[in-house]
Amino acid sequence: MKFESFQAFLNMDGQGLFVWAAYGITCIVLLLNVWWPGMALARIIRTGKAQVAGRQPGAGVEES
Amino acid sequence: MLEWFHRLGSPRTFFEMTSRWHPWLLALTGLVLMGGMIWALLFVPPDYQQGNSVRIMYIHVPAAMLAQSGYLMMAGAAVVFLVWRIKLADMALLAVAPLGASITFLALVTGAIWGKPTWGTWWVWDARLTSTLILFFLYVGVMALRSAMEGRERAGRACAILAIVGLVNLPIIRYSVDWWYTLHQPASFKLMEKPAMPLEMWLPLLVMVIGYYLFFFTIWFMRIRNEILIREQSTEWVRGRVAER
Repeated sequence: MKFESFQAFLNMDGQGLFVWAAYGITCIVLLLNVWWPGMALARIIRTGKAQVAGRQPGAGVEES
Repeated sequence: MLEWFHRLGSPRTFFEMTSRWHPWLLALTGLVLMGGMIWALLFVPPDYQQGNSVRIMYIHVPAAMLAQSGYLMMAGAAVVFLVWRIKLADMALLAVAPLGASITFLALVTGAIWGKPTWGTWWVWDARLTSTLILFFLYVGVMALRSAMEGRERAGRACAILAIVGLVNLPIIRYSVDWWYTLHQPASFKLMEKPAMPLEMWLPLLVMVIGYYLFFFTIWFMRIRNEILIREQSTEWVRGRVAER
């Protein structure tokens, strides 16, 4: 390990703000890239299931 | 081999094959990226000139490389779609644009953050930075064109042409540091040449480059599979896949 203490690791000789900002933004953008298609898939499945349910016999016919 | 590629051109085969790969790809990507980041943040020595800000290189350089190769892949998909009319290529083109835009955004932002402590400025309008900004606009342009046009076939052709025309920007990005005077240093990472930096700095960079490429393909395949489910929703096999989830 290249740092003597956790404080030194966070501070990085005064350059911590730049390093942590860059890594923070990178992690957020990478995670968003995983989250978006995951959410889109959940939406596609929901819509698909609703359509299949709508096609089944008796579906959409209101009881009198 | 050719037959394998031909089979992969079928949306169903692509869907089934990459669905099987997905959990492994996702786990491997997470492991490589986390391992690479821990290595870069904790175990890499500070640079004798840049100090600890050199740790930004491990997230900036792979993003910058991937931004360009992602565009190359988008243009490749565009050529395949225009020449052979393979609809999976159109889906791949559509799926790669937002991913490429976000990676280019990362390259620009991490570059700006790295620029402040090393150059003393967030941004300069030099050839490398400006051409990378144009690359970002090209990705966004493809996305905007797709959503603005009606008719899937027409929109697909227009996006493919735009993607191919934008290829002219890639050699400009690549060679801008050699052609013009610029603040930006020459390439830090070359696969075919002996590394200019010590091995203890180069190896974690290699790990991060591999991690970024794994990430790119994992997410690209996810997005293509989503597009397949939307476009093939009337087929029996897609209804089956949706029902079993």
